[in-house]
Amino acid sequence: MATTSTTVPSAGPFAGSRSFLARLREGDEIARLITLLFAASVVLITLLIVYELWQGSVLPRHKFGFAFLRTSVWDPNFDNFGALPFIFGTVVTSAVALFIAVPLGIGAAIFLAELAPARLSDALEFFIDLLAAVPSVIYGLLGIFIVVPIMRDVIQPALKNTLGFIPLFKGPAFGIGFLTAGIVLAIMVIPYIISVSREILLSVPRDQREAALALGSTRWESTWKVVVPFARTGIMGSIFLALARALGETMAVTMVIGNTPAIAASLFSPGDSIASVIANQFTEATGDLYTQSLIELGLVLFLLTFILNGLARLLILVTSQRGSAHA
Amino acid sequence: MNARLRWRKFVSNFMLTMTGVCALVSVAVLFFILGYLVYHGGASINWDFFTKLPAPVGESGGGMANAILGSAKLLLLATLFGVPIGFFGAIYLAEFSGSKVAFVVRYAADLLNGVPSIVIGIFAYSVAVQPFKHFSTFAGGFALGVMMIPITLRSTEQFLLGVPRTLREGAMALGASKWKTIATVVVPAAYRGILTAVLLAFARVAGETAPLLFTALGNRFWSNGWNEPTASLPVMIYNYALSPFEDWHRQAWAAGLVLLGLILVINIVARAILARGISVPRA
Amino acid sequence: MKRIAGILLIAFGLAAVFVARAALSINGAGASFPEPIYSKWFDEYHKKDPNIQINYQAIGSGGGIKQITEGTVDFGASDGPMNDDQLKSFQDKHGFPVLHFPTVLGAAVPTYNIPGVTAELNFSPEALAGIFLGKVTKWNDPVLTGPNPGVNLPGNDIVVVHRSDGSGTTYIWTDYLSKVSDEWKNKVNKNTSVNWPTGLGGNKNEGVAGLVKQTPYAIGYVELIFAIQNKMPYGKVKNSSGEFIKADLSSVTAAAAGAAKDMPADFRVSITNAPGKTAYPISSFTWLLIPSKFSDASKRDAIKGFVKWMLADGQNETEALAYSKLPKEVVSMELKALDKVQ
Repeated sequence: MATTSTTVPSAGPFAGSRSFLARLREGDEIARLITLLFAASVVLITLLIVYELWQGSVLPRHKFGFAFLRTSVWDPNFDNFGALPFIFGTVVTSAVALFIAVPLGIGAAIFLAELAPARLSDALEFFIDLLAAVPSVIYGLLGIFIVVPIMRDVIQPALKNTLGFIPLFKGPAFGIGFLTAGIVLAIMVIPYIISVSREILLSVPRDQREAALALGSTRWESTWKVVVPFARTGIMGSIFLALARALGETMAVTMVIGNTPAIAASLFSPGDSIASVIANQFTEATGDLYTQSLIELGLVLFLLTFILNGLARLLILVTSQRGSAHA
Repeated sequence: MNARLRWRKFVSNFMLTMTGVCALVSVAVLFFILGYLVYHGGASINWDFFTKLPAPVGESGGGMANAILGSAKLLLLATLFGVPIGFFGAIYLAEFSGSKVAFVVRYAADLLNGVPSIVIGIFAYSVAVQPFKHFSTFAGGFALGVMMIPITLRSTEQFLLGVPRTLREGAMALGASKWKTIATVVVPAAYRGILTAVLLAFARVAGETAPLLFTALGNRFWSNGWNEPTASLPVMIYNYALSPFEDWHRQAWAAGLVLLGLILVINIVARAILARGISVPRA
Repeated sequence: MKRIAGILLIAFGLAAVFVARAALSINGAGASFPEPIYSKWFDEYHKKDPNIQINYQAIGSGGGIKQITEGTVDFGASDGPMNDDQLKSFQDKHGFPVLHFPTVLGAAVPTYNIPGVTAELNFSPEALAGIFLGKVTKWNDPVLTGPNPGVNLPGNDIVVVHRSDGSGTTYIWTDYLSKVSDEWKNKVNKNTSVNWPTGLGGNKNEGVAGLVKQTPYAIGYVELIFAIQNKMPYGKVKNSSGEFIKADLSSVTAAAAGAAKDMPADFRVSITNAPGKTAYPISSFTWLLIPSKFSDASKRDAIKGFVKWMLADGQNETEALAYSKLPKEVVSMELKALDKVQ
């Protein structure tokens, strides 16, 4: 048995060639084929999803083309469908969510990575991971019964009284709408930002901090001006991950967003997101064009999350390699 | 100490305290959620909730017994479908594959992981409901199983790769073939991590609602066998929460508590297993 | 440890199989408008015959039409009758037609939540059309204060609530508005799902009722029983004879009186804005959508058995839930039409 250099580290001591018959006799070839089948099925399922999304949206793609993305009308009665209100809603709620979650999340990550003693950091991280495990529908439940009344009776009027001159905060306060959905989403994505950012910050080499401190900076200055910029790309990655999660959230959003395809400047306005409208209308879309327009919305969402996830992983990878390269 | 230094120190202390506040707020949210669920749902959890079927619309009383069993059946199917694919696929990646194939499979798994659950619902409807002409527990289990695959796959692969070479070499030295090594040495060595991966994947899909809307639909009665639509806890919570009936709201809280309790317990157990250490110390 | 897990798994598997009684399970989906009476009926029918389980999921009339056409449910339900395109779609897909069977008469009522106002408001057709078109924006608009002289309507903005899902109740409401307002007919028209000029969306009747209940100054449209069960105020509507009528058993029955005599063979008829001094103008039949051919004889017999029961004993339960009984002429027509289901 030739055990020369193992070019594939994971293949271990069995790397190198044995004769096919030897492998077959020992049952390894069968094992390889069986597990290959399972691995291939993963790829197959993924391809099938893309295929179903593409094929399932053929009618609106041909009828509307790219105008689908620009049109703001959603009229099942007159067979005119446009994705713009839902793309708008998805983007706006995610933007609100990030606006709230990013400062909170990075702040918490800095605390956990830089300040907290290791045991406290691990304990808090444990709870934050649990927060990430709470299902969407429960956030929706809390959203409807707790967040919406608070928004309607306390927060939205307060915002109107103080900042009501900004178009963002004009209009009647229903409690449901873009702002509420954004707040609920923010709570849902904070754990992701914290977990990933904390890991990234922890991977920043010690000498960076120590150099800054040696030069006389305060703890905060060394963190904010040296460590965080070093980890900047990775933190961006965590934000993209959180964004990708927020884009695809269905249940919590659909329960508090107002379910109206509206494009409005005010955050108090009700609206709709891609995931939410699909959840509401898919089982009832009569007529092929209607159904397939919803599937095309699903395709749009899929592409958005695909691009974001790809970017996120790239950024995180770049940062961790940088970190280990400097270590 | 001059003024500027005092200022910088003040800023430093202030900002660092703020980060502590951020962390506190984030963690407090969890306890807040739990507290609310216990408060609102705790009183509604009674024997009826676990044993009775839903009452007709507008009448109070009834329970979610069928939804609890339905969720259990769905999750069982999901595990039976998703875990083997993830597990054996990971074995292929860790033990048999070349780097190119491994890259493609990992990429596909990551892609699958990022697919929003509503899109999985559309997919499952096209593949498991339409051709068969009915909504079913099977279709729901399939949808959830697809979601379990990537988590199981990636985690299992990492734990398999983490098993030290010395173990494999030891087996080889004793004359074991590759598959025997995997089955009797590598997998048992990594079993804690693999179990954790499966539990975490399970907890993740236990709360999923969106894919079930188009696949398992719902059922006011017991669902017979595996080919009928079935009620499930997350979908019941969704439907009841949106209703105007106080009694249904009450039941939604109770169901939320049960569901969240289950998920948190699984998460804690999974992490406890992992914390006891990967079973084999590194060489 | 592994053995315990294994035993538990087997026990669970067996339990799941055995809990599955040998009951015949029939699946239906559709309108939320009649959900209260349907869920009561199916519950009673199951008690009467424990071997038959009729699982009805209220996903909206649009859902009922779609799923029966797709063939994923055994029967559908809708308050908006299927239009010719949808009928053709079903016929093309299955090779045989789908039949409509009216079950009860119901009413869509304007329900509202105005803090400080508990009176029953009078709504003219112009007011309702104006509100839902987004042109009448405040509660103290003249078109509203005019018919309600004794009521102190505030100057707050009206929050319009409509359905976000495909709904027969929407069909009834927009059918009525299309008849009384040309602007509505041209701009929005009638369907189970329309492009609403304004308002918030709620899912199913329950969702709209919930939203209106929780949102001050809101107005929405729901089936009568939802307003009653939730103790929400609902207004009177002016009918084609100029009378302000409140929706109840007699006014809805009066609306169907004319239709009863001229019922078309396929039972698809609209009774909104019906003539008659005491008729409530936003009334409607609601239908079960039953395919004319079944491949499974036991399912066919179970459904036919249910419909027969529904047309007899079932009709006695409707009034307790504020749905009006079917006129006698319609019942006898339906019993004859049942023979068409093979």
